[in-house]
Amino acid sequence: MSKRTFRIWRGDAEGGEFEEYTVEVGPGMVVLDAIHRVQAEHASDLAVRWNCKAGKCGSCSMEIDGMPKLGCMTRLGDYPESHTITIQPLKTFPLIKDLVTDVSWNFAQNKRIKPLQPKPRDADGEHRMQQEDVDRIQEFRKCIECYLCQDTCHVLRDHDRKDAFVGPRFMIRVGQLAMHPLDTEDRIPAIKEELGSGYCNITRCCTEVCPEHINITDNGIIPLKERVVDRYYDPIKMLLRKVRGA
Amino acid sequence: MSELVQIRVGGHQTGLGATCRVDDWKTGPTATFLGLSFFIVYATWAGLQGAHYYAGPYLSPLYSPVVWTKLGVPGAAPLEHALLGEWPAWWPALIPATPAALILIFPGSFRFTCYYYRKAYYRAFGMTPPGCAVGALPQSQYKGETALLIFQNLHRYALYFAILFIFILYYDAALAFSKDGEFGFGVGTLVLLINPTLLAGYTFGCHSWRHLIGGGLNLHSKSPLRHSLWKMATVLNERHMLFAWLSLFWVGFTDFYVRMVSMGVITDLNTWS
Amino acid sequence: MVDLNELQTFEHDVLVIGAGGAGLRAAIQCAALGLDTGIVSKSLLGKAHTVMAEGGMAAALRNVDKRDNWKIHFRDTMRGGKFLNNWRMAQLHAQQAPDRVRELEDWGAVFDRTQDGLINQRNFGGHRYPRLAHVGDRTGLELIRTLQDHGVHQGFATHMECKIIGLVKDGDRIAGAVGLWREHGRFVLFKAKAVIMATGGGGRCWRVTSNSWEYSGDGAALAYDAGAELMDMEFTQFHPTGMVWPPSVSGVLVTEGVRGEGGILLNNKGERFMFNYIPERFAPETADTKEEAARWLSGDKNARRPPELLTRDVVARAIRSEVQAGRGSPHGGAFLDIANQRPADYIKRKLPSMYHQFKELAEVDITKDPMEVGPTLHYFMGGIKVEADSQMSKVPGLFACGEASAGMHGANRLGGNSLSDLIVFGKLSGDGADAYIKALPADPKVDGSQVSAIIKHATDILNREDGPNPFVVHEEIQEIMGEGAGIVRQGDELQTAVTKLGEIKPRIESVKAHAAPQFNAGWHEALDLQSLVTVGEAVARAALMREESRGGHTRLDFEGEREEWQKYNIVVSKQPDGGMLAQKVERPDPPEELSKIAYAKIEDLEAGNV
Repeated sequence: MSKRTFRIWRGDAEGGEFEEYTVEVGPGMVVLDAIHRVQAEHASDLAVRWNCKAGKCGSCSMEIDGMPKLGCMTRLGDYPESHTITIQPLKTFPLIKDLVTDVSWNFAQNKRIKPLQPKPRDADGEHRMQQEDVDRIQEFRKCIECYLCQDTCHVLRDHDRKDAFVGPRFMIRVGQLAMHPLDTEDRIPAIKEELGSGYCNITRCCTEVCPEHINITDNGIIPLKERVVDRYYDPIKMLLRKVRGA
Repeated sequence: MSELVQIRVGGHQTGLGATCRVDDWKTGPTATFLGLSFFIVYATWAGLQGAHYYAGPYLSPLYSPVVWTKLGVPGAAPLEHALLGEWPAWWPALIPATPAALILIFPGSFRFTCYYYRKAYYRAFGMTPPGCAVGALPQSQYKGETALLIFQNLHRYALYFAILFIFILYYDAALAFSKDGEFGFGVGTLVLLINPTLLAGYTFGCHSWRHLIGGGLNLHSKSPLRHSLWKMATVLNERHMLFAWLSLFWVGFTDFYVRMVSMGVITDLNTWS
Repeated sequence: MVDLNELQTFEHDVLVIGAGGAGLRAAIQCAALGLDTGIVSKSLLGKAHTVMAEGGMAAALRNVDKRDNWKIHFRDTMRGGKFLNNWRMAQLHAQQAPDRVRELEDWGAVFDRTQDGLINQRNFGGHRYPRLAHVGDRTGLELIRTLQDHGVHQGFATHMECKIIGLVKDGDRIAGAVGLWREHGRFVLFKAKAVIMATGGGGRCWRVTSNSWEYSGDGAALAYDAGAELMDMEFTQFHPTGMVWPPSVSGVLVTEGVRGEGGILLNNKGERFMFNYIPERFAPETADTKEEAARWLSGDKNARRPPELLTRDVVARAIRSEVQAGRGSPHGGAFLDIANQRPADYIKRKLPSMYHQFKELAEVDITKDPMEVGPTLHYFMGGIKVEADSQMSKVPGLFACGEASAGMHGANRLGGNSLSDLIVFGKLSGDGADAYIKALPADPKVDGSQVSAIIKHATDILNREDGPNPFVVHEEIQEIMGEGAGIVRQGDELQTAVTKLGEIKPRIESVKAHAAPQFNAGWHEALDLQSLVTVGEAVARAALMREESRGGHTRLDFEGEREEWQKYNIVVSKQPDGGMLAQKVERPDPPEELSKIAYAKIEDLEAGNV
């Protein structure tokens, strides 16, 4: 056991400040453990979200030394012992209190995405899909909705274009539907217009912070952008469609 | 930190470069900035020379294919290497008469619209953002790739030319096995052979290629050939950044090698001499 | 007295409490039936503990082995539950699970596939055939996300980060519930004709548990206070494989899928000890040599199952015995080895989240080294006693489903039966609520004095001058439960636990939290204590009464199953004086048809002779 100091943001939408807390830390401890110790010993009203403590629910999203991370998956041992770790709430969403932010905007985005429109079942009542056809979308379905990608996406974080761009999490949400072997819905117009695929400039920070290691940019957003190109920007493809359609 | 940086609720700072990160996030974009800048400066300089781009049988990739060649210039391609023969007399004097100027637009546009390079220069040059969770260059109304940068959507057309160039550069490498009708090879042959190989690694890991070859399909199981091509593209795509830099470096190095041999600064080790 | 006109109020036909798999499925059903529905969750939507379920959901889809059918699933469930299950619930579950799983595909679930493109199924402890529809080792996440994404388009209202602190009744009937918004600490009244409890279990009564903080037994405690009965509370499942190191993650689940995919358990002498712990009843169906176990793993349909896939109670006790005999791993568990059983890329593909969990939390590469695992409190077989078909409790209008309800799993739950339980009984509770509301003669009225009393009880915690720290009191409860009502139990220790829990109640009534009402962790903890102590006491009292060892309940002073105890469930209820009463309640005789199936020979069931 040794002592360690943490610099934690305390405050709400009105304002606040960093406060330092020193607690005992042990082997294998993660940042969330330290926050719980602070709660139990120094500040029982310190607000933090958490649930599973195993990187599976995506509740304890926060910024640790400036990087969007899960508190439960960030080991104290990864930081030099004498270093004071700074812990902040997510920047991109309105602050409620301390480390808790109002992420309801994300839930509203999910609602804008039309659910799966499956084709009819086979005669024997089954849906058939091959594993190689679902591998791609299963990667996106690993998403735990921690919204770290949303937090780090500069379109939302710095430029505050929440009006125009749905964010990386929901690009892969619509991506898994667009690439779904059973889906019958044409999602390309929505991807371009309402969801704003063109606002992503593929700077890949979403992929860098994803705790599930989902390749959001290369496997999700870029393939969608290419599908949008097929429909709206590729003159030859557009011409061919006209000729075939005529 | 600039004076524009402001602390707000949550302890975050806003403004260009503002961050609470304490790791060395600056190294990546700085290296990108220096690397790309160096290449651009070198390629521009080398492309403007119009000379010493050919050291028989080696042709610099910055100059291939040669459309017209200006005879009498030291280290220019011989007449039979030029697609359309001698440099036309009507060429305006104000525009530099260099074969490179006629073709560099093709590989240049491929790299400029490449999904990897876009990330690299949006970060290192555009600073939107300079790093993850680092304040981006403030803009009154960020539009991403929906307005001025909408041309990025035509990346696939640059790809079509890039694929053609791989064949052209392999053809150049094939020519480098023969000097004055005599079969042989030299260090330059190897240099010219590696170049299109790295370019192929880069080009066939292209996101547009990956989309066109299979990514656009939802039912891969119905198209096994396209599925396996897509899987190969995926393997290369995961290393797209690596191949982007390797091939970029090698193009520059190949020109440099040919240039040095042509100028007589270094001697090519080969089977002919 | 609170002025009801000033209190924020929502009116719904049905209020679903808890937004895990069961709650979401219930809400979807209610909305589909045209009921005005609200769902309340303590956390954000999609964060419920269902995400932690890894292995899969059991349903006799017959995609991998055609010999399977609902009867064999039913038989496995009854045998796993040591025949203490509610017969009708086990039947409904086995019959309806396949349709519930298939329907998820239309809602967007993407299960792993067979060669033929159907939903793939994997082997699991206690299941005769590969039966678990799965997605790698994150099936629970797939379930909750599917229900969430489908649910948000069904038109029910979602009330997130709200803790229900009391139920309101009109006479005997349910009339609504009072909640507390975690965000700003204000109160809210939900008027509802029916309430569905889908709150899960109460694992936070123990220190080493796979459960998250939400698992404080709120549903059971609220229902108990409202007059409902709790049943089978002594049956608490200790999952055999939780992480034991590092300390901060001890208890975090290691999926049974590791063993389903071929992982074996070893002691510190390198012995595969499970061969020494095969119970008589399972001996005819369990491999007794390493060779046979290996043949089974490679797909030989004539080979018997490896002993690592025995039911969870058996494996958990075996690990505990090895540790007690000094043959445990360095941090007090057993070694779970898959590295030497399967190639690295196979492990990464089939068990990706286990790979990351160990890599990132314990710095162990499971494709190279064994894991250290030990028992962790995982699941409550017991809960609110409900009627099988409608899922309604003794309180009219109060329903329960999923882990919060009792009966389906008897004395021990089979892995994979939980996720299918959620969707089968989630739906049925929605049907039940609909039928109840349709037959309701008049809308229930909310009594303001009940609401006031609930709110005052909660605000007292903030207004006290001084009092014990709620976090410390929680630790005390965990200590009492760990010592007195752990994986193995004794009469005198259980009696001590009951006494100590009685002594701690006044302390709970006097805890103090800091005044800030917004997102006040101490206050929420203080409110959870009420539920924890009720649930803890119910477990201890029921465990004290059941003088035998069966399934998730092991008594050192009463070893082995006793035939006479198979006739009884233990039911806990609240007395008029506020005290807790535990009673032996005789079980009705099973329907002959079901009894035949449960005791049939496997060959006859396969051949369709029963």
